[in-house]
Formats: sequence, C-alpha cells, structure tokens
Amino acid sequence: MNQLNNFSKGFLRENPILVLLLGTCPTLAVTSSAMNGLGMGLATTFVLFMSNVFISVVKNFVPDKVRIPAFVVVIASFVTIVDLLMQAYTPALSNQLGIFIPLIVVNCIVLGRAEAFAAKNNVFSSFIDGLGMGLGFTMALVIIGGIREMLGAGSIFGYKFIAEGADGILVFILAPGAFITLGFLIAILKKINKSS
Amino acid sequence: MEYIIIIISAIFVNNIVLAQFLGICPFLGVSTKTETAIGMGASVLFVMTLATIVTYLVQMYVLVPLNLAFLQTISFILIIAALVQMLEIILKKVSPSLYQALGIYLPLITTNCAVLGVAILVIKKDFNLTESVVFTVATAIGFALALVIFSGIREQLAIADVPKGMKGIPIALVTAGILALAFMGFAGLV
Repeated sequence: MNQLNNFSKGFLRENPILVLLLGTCPTLAVTSSAMNGLGMGLATTFVLFMSNVFISVVKNFVPDKVRIPAFVVVIASFVTIVDLLMQAYTPALSNQLGIFIPLIVVNCIVLGRAEAFAAKNNVFSSFIDGLGMGLGFTMALVIIGGIREMLGAGSIFGYKFIAEGADGILVFILAPGAFITLGFLIAILKKINKSS
Repeated sequence: MEYIIIIISAIFVNNIVLAQFLGICPFLGVSTKTETAIGMGASVLFVMTLATIVTYLVQMYVLVPLNLAFLQTISFILIIAALVQMLEIILKKVSPSLYQALGIYLPLITTNCAVLGVAILVIKKDFNLTESVVFTVATAIGFALALVIFSGIREQLAIADVPKGMKGIPIALVTAGILALAFMGFAGLV
C-alpha cells in the first residue's frame, strides 16, 4: 500500500510540474508536440530512476558534506549516457530536443528527488519513487504537448485531424502558447486537488 | 556589424527566457519585486559571463585535445558549481557591499539552467572567444530585461482583481505568455 502511494503521488498530488512547479524550463521548451513531450519525459524518467536507485545504494558511503556535488556527478553521468544513446538511436528526436537533454542535469526534479527521497529511503522505495515521479512528469509533458499540438497544428502525435490545408492557432505552438497553456493547466489542477 | 546582430538577436529576438525557455525558475521565483529582479539580473550577468569564459577555455584546450568531449555535461556543471562557490568566497572577502547585494542570489544561480544552457549553446554555435563573450553578455542583458519588465507587471498584478483560481502562478504564466507574444514582434529584426 505504501509503495503504491510512493508510485502514485507523482501523478496528481505531487505532480512535479503542475503542483510542485519543478522543471518548468524543459516543460515549456519541448512541448510543442505530444511526441517531443513523450521523448523528453521518458529521457528524464530514465535519469530520474537510475540516479534515484544509484544514490540510495551509495548514500551510506558518501560523506554528508560532499553529498550534493556527489549527487550532481551521478546525475550528470546518467544524463551523458541518455544523451549519447539518443544521439545514436533516435537522432531526429535528439535534434529536436537539442540542448534540453544535457540540461536534464539542472532539472530541479532530479536533484530534488535525490536529496528529498533517495538519500533517506531504501533502494526499492527510491526506485518506485523515481519511476512514479518520472512518469508523472512524462504525463504532464504529454498532456501539455498534446493540448498545444491539437490547438496549434490540429494534429495529435503527428496525425492531422483538421481539413487538409487548414491551419491551427499558430500561437500555441510558439513560445507564448507554452506559458498560457501551462498557466491554465495549473489553475485547473489546483481546483481538482482542492475538491478531492 | 556581426557583433551587433549577435547582440540584438540575443536580447530581443531569441530572448533567453521568453523565446528559449531557459532560466524560468528564477524568472517566476524572484520577479515579484523590481528591486530583487535587478539584483538577480546583475548576478546572472556576472556569473554567466565568467562561467562561459571558463567553460569555453576548458572545452577548447582540455576536453577537445584530450578527446573527452563526451564529458562536457559533467565537467561544465562542476565548473559552474565550483565557480559560484569561489565567487561567493572571494566577494565576501574583497567587496562586502557587493556581496550584500548579490550574495543571496549566488547559490540560486548554480541550478539556473540558463548558465549551463548558454555555456553549451556557445560551443554548439561554434563561436570564437570574443563572439562567445559578446553573446553571453547580451543574453544575460536579455534575461535581466525580461526579469525587470516582468517584475514591473507583477507588482501591478499583485493589487489587481484576479479570479480566485488564477491567483499566483497561473496568472503570472499567462502574463508571461502575453509578454512573450510582445517579444515576438521583434522577430523580423534580424
């Protein structure tokens, strides 16, 4: 029951983007389509649970004083792995996401979970927590990406559902749309969390 | 002429916050008062310029000759973290008044993705050292500009009658969206 709780809190109650407001930079930058959101979300999820597991394994060997730099090195290593893997196997997506893949290092969610959870809990709980938080992050990215893609391009995951030659509301794919969509989503989630 | 294009493009057209989405956390976090916005902007200008120069030199004279370019992410983040720490210690000793003004913002800057982002962008764009410095300074000015404008708006927003559910962050984000829309007007400039 407890593990289920660890897993599910990332989706609504403690959703990293929509409730905790962590990691807003990649959220706004890569969600011009649902596919990009999914790619970025999964990359972050991988880094999140790998670093969570690794840190909870080594937490007893790391002196308290150098804990943060040590965590950052662990996270940066996993980010480098993801970056190189994506360049090799999904070059198109890697190009689209650009510098936001190396920037997963400074995504506050990853260091935040390492410090707040993995450094205090056992390996299995940390694994579950990393996975839950990562998937919650991915879910939020896909929702924002989906909304922006539907409104802005009239398509979802690349499948166009409006008439050929018709245009969407272009502004939603561009920078301003990102801010506006996220603003309204946060307001909606606030309402949902309050009433439940 | 080339430099002028880099400067205008970095400040207005590709504004780091409103068009490239780097440094959103401090943009939302410390923009409630104009005074703190100016302090943060100045600190970022300071750290970003120093960080880019150091990371650029490390990339060109250490990582590339040794064939270690894949260590870029790890080494850059460590350099930036160390640099911020060092800066804090030096400022405390050398100029207490400047430390008083910028001190509280310095620890926040390590996790500011704009600093690491610009360091990586400069390498990606194949700039030389002078171009890198010009680009970084202009980017930081763009950051400060966006921050100061936004803080001015938020000071007004604090006393405006906003619908209950939209109070706080949601209305701030929507406002930022409208500000980004305004900045898109510069798009044809370069």
